[in-house]
Amino acid sequence: MNERILDLVKYVDIVFWPVAMDVKYKDVEAMPDGHIDVTFFNGSIRNSEQEHMAKLLRSKSQLLVAFGSCANDGSVPGLANFSDAESILNYVYLHDGQPSEGTVIPQPESQVKEGTLHIPIFYDTVKTLAQTVEVDYFLPGCPPPVALINKALDAILKGELPPKGSVLAPLRAVCDECPRKRENKKITGIHRVHEIVPDPERCLMEQGIICMGMATRSGCGAQCLKVDMPCTGCGGAAPNQSDIGTGMITALASILNLDKAPGTYTDEDVVQLISQIKDPAGIFYMYSLPASILKRKVKP
Amino acid sequence: MKEISIDPITRLEGHGSVSIFLNDQGEVENAYLKIPELRGFEAFCLGRPAELMPILTTRICGVCPVAHHYASVKALDAAFDVAPPSAAKKLRELQYMGYISYDHTLHFYYLGGPDFIAGPDAPPEKRNILGVIEKAGLDVAKEVIKHRAYGQKITEIIGGKATHPVSGLPGGISKPLSEESRAAILEMSKSLVNFAQFSLKLFNDLVLENPQYLDMIKSEAYTQRTYYMGMVDAHNKVNFYDGEVRVVDPSGKEFLRFRAEDYAQHIEERSEEWTYSKFPFLRKVGWKGFHDGADNGVYRVGPLGRLNAADGMATPLAQAEYERMFKMLGKPAHGTLVFHWARLIELLYAAERAVELANDPEITSTDVRNMPGKPGAGVGIVEAARGTLIHDYQLDQNALMKKVNMIVATTNNYPSICMSIRDAAKGLIHGGKVDEAILNKVEMAFRAYDPCFGCATHFAVGQMPLEVMVYDEGKRLLNRLTR
Repeated sequence: MNERILDLVKYVDIVFWPVAMDVKYKDVEAMPDGHIDVTFFNGSIRNSEQEHMAKLLRSKSQLLVAFGSCANDGSVPGLANFSDAESILNYVYLHDGQPSEGTVIPQPESQVKEGTLHIPIFYDTVKTLAQTVEVDYFLPGCPPPVALINKALDAILKGELPPKGSVLAPLRAVCDECPRKRENKKITGIHRVHEIVPDPERCLMEQGIICMGMATRSGCGAQCLKVDMPCTGCGGAAPNQSDIGTGMITALASILNLDKAPGTYTDEDVVQLISQIKDPAGIFYMYSLPASILKRKVKP
Repeated sequence: MKEISIDPITRLEGHGSVSIFLNDQGEVENAYLKIPELRGFEAFCLGRPAELMPILTTRICGVCPVAHHYASVKALDAAFDVAPPSAAKKLRELQYMGYISYDHTLHFYYLGGPDFIAGPDAPPEKRNILGVIEKAGLDVAKEVIKHRAYGQKITEIIGGKATHPVSGLPGGISKPLSEESRAAILEMSKSLVNFAQFSLKLFNDLVLENPQYLDMIKSEAYTQRTYYMGMVDAHNKVNFYDGEVRVVDPSGKEFLRFRAEDYAQHIEERSEEWTYSKFPFLRKVGWKGFHDGADNGVYRVGPLGRLNAADGMATPLAQAEYERMFKMLGKPAHGTLVFHWARLIELLYAAERAVELANDPEITSTDVRNMPGKPGAGVGIVEAARGTLIHDYQLDQNALMKKVNMIVATTNNYPSICMSIRDAAKGLIHGGKVDEAILNKVEMAFRAYDPCFGCATHFAVGQMPLEVMVYDEGKRLLNRLTR
């Protein structure tokens, strides 16, 4: 926001901003329900402390905005849903070995010589804010683009918010903001970004680089594309799609002309191209596994 | 008036992060800094395409994504056995200087500085950027905000996005720099040099010329005699982007020097049940517990670690400030609050270095990529704003991630942050007398490190909830104070 903050403090009281202000936690607990007009909540829910704070701030706030990809869809930390708490703790602290002096797994409650210490419980599953409490508005992006934050603030200050449940971002996909040229040329192979130097003017997807721009909500100005890198989907699912991965599969089908001109690619072509995509679930759901139709790895 | 709350409240919980135990005489027995969150990047990055690691790992932290981006990219350079062209290295470093500029500005003016500018005893509602604006004036605030934005703009021009850049690739960078962008970066960098000089003068006038603060800086409560670590160039000058890691002992003598790929021979990590962060230490010295001295492998990184571990700065204005600081304090400087001063000297260096790079004729070369070789294993090290940052990767034959280990800046400082909190509490809390101002001075002991537990375990902290427990000899809880 930069200089906007100087303006903003003329109109609002910032009551809780832990990264910048010494506001006491107990002050928030002491507030009556609904005391805070608007809370911008960032972060996903993966431990007992975050769940507690989500519930507390929900009750203290008239409007709760899921701010950023983590709160909206789980984002990159949500990829942990391909695993579970036990495997993660074993890998991080024990390197998949046995506990010993100096390598132990942290515990919610532990004894030290002066007394008992508590830390939050590490959950099995990363959840989005809306899977935890009721959310009024959604401001996506990783991070949310400054222009969208400013628009949201303006709408709040002027009392011109759209209906509850709305996503505070444009009704377009990243492709619609991308200046690169489409030539509808046949894709001959799938390439990873480090393997080729792309033409700086042409659509990356048509050059065989997986770009999530067709399936991702815009608002960012296609910034990544401006430095010749593909969209990786941080804006979440494009409007009118509930799931970015299925959106991407539909988009790929369309790029391969399976809808309008079937036969441009033979079945073998399609199999050959699609099988070149490594870790498709990880790529398609890089920012949204917890919010997706997959949600998490099935527990045996 | 409307009220708005912003930000990562998920990360702040009353049964908070620091527990200070007092005995029944009201003296401090011990203190624990608990890190309440883990996200498990090392585990869930397994199986992901290697080239996405520089993008995935920026999400470890919203403050220092550029550091993770380039530790990751350098690990991939090594893993794919490819060296970037000279122009690409310079572009990466130029972007990095933009990042150091905005990050150090953020800390001095928004996070750490309010304790000095508004004052450690100022009421809590004044100890923030808004209090700084009130004290230093709106014109200063506008300069601060403008120059922080310059640092972000430089990273955005080269990285695509200011926060979470995307342009680093194994073997180079995705796009060359245009002449127009070069000129814009040069102007912003020149302005940053002036701003850094202004900030050092402000520090001098407000802190160094105030005997009360100077006593505080030199006091035993804020002192740890540890080893120090930082990356240096071939002439032992501080370098953020490339070089070898140098470690000096508590007397300032070179103790170790190692290349990225050898880090595991020198750094070992331990864990405790009461926290999610690990505790690194020097393998050769060993772990003897939470105390300073040459017999214990606890080391410090970050601005103070780097300046102590190096022989100087590679740019002239910063070098003069470096000499002035150590002339006044002796070398190595062991005072934890000296981090603030060292940070501003680094801000000046970063701005000067950005001017040098933006003036380099090669910086607009279009030769910015070399093609990677076969996937293997590699380690990348950079100096993040908060200290030495290590990414260690193994790739399988399809260039998917097979093994990941990361030691991040704040984690290196975690043992000494714990010690600093305990010792500040011991020095300041007596006879069970605890008030808000005393607790804030305890907080100053860790705030100086600019701790980023978003990095340590991927958890963001601004102001910590402190909890003081008063116990009697039978370990019965007598009193609990929370802020």
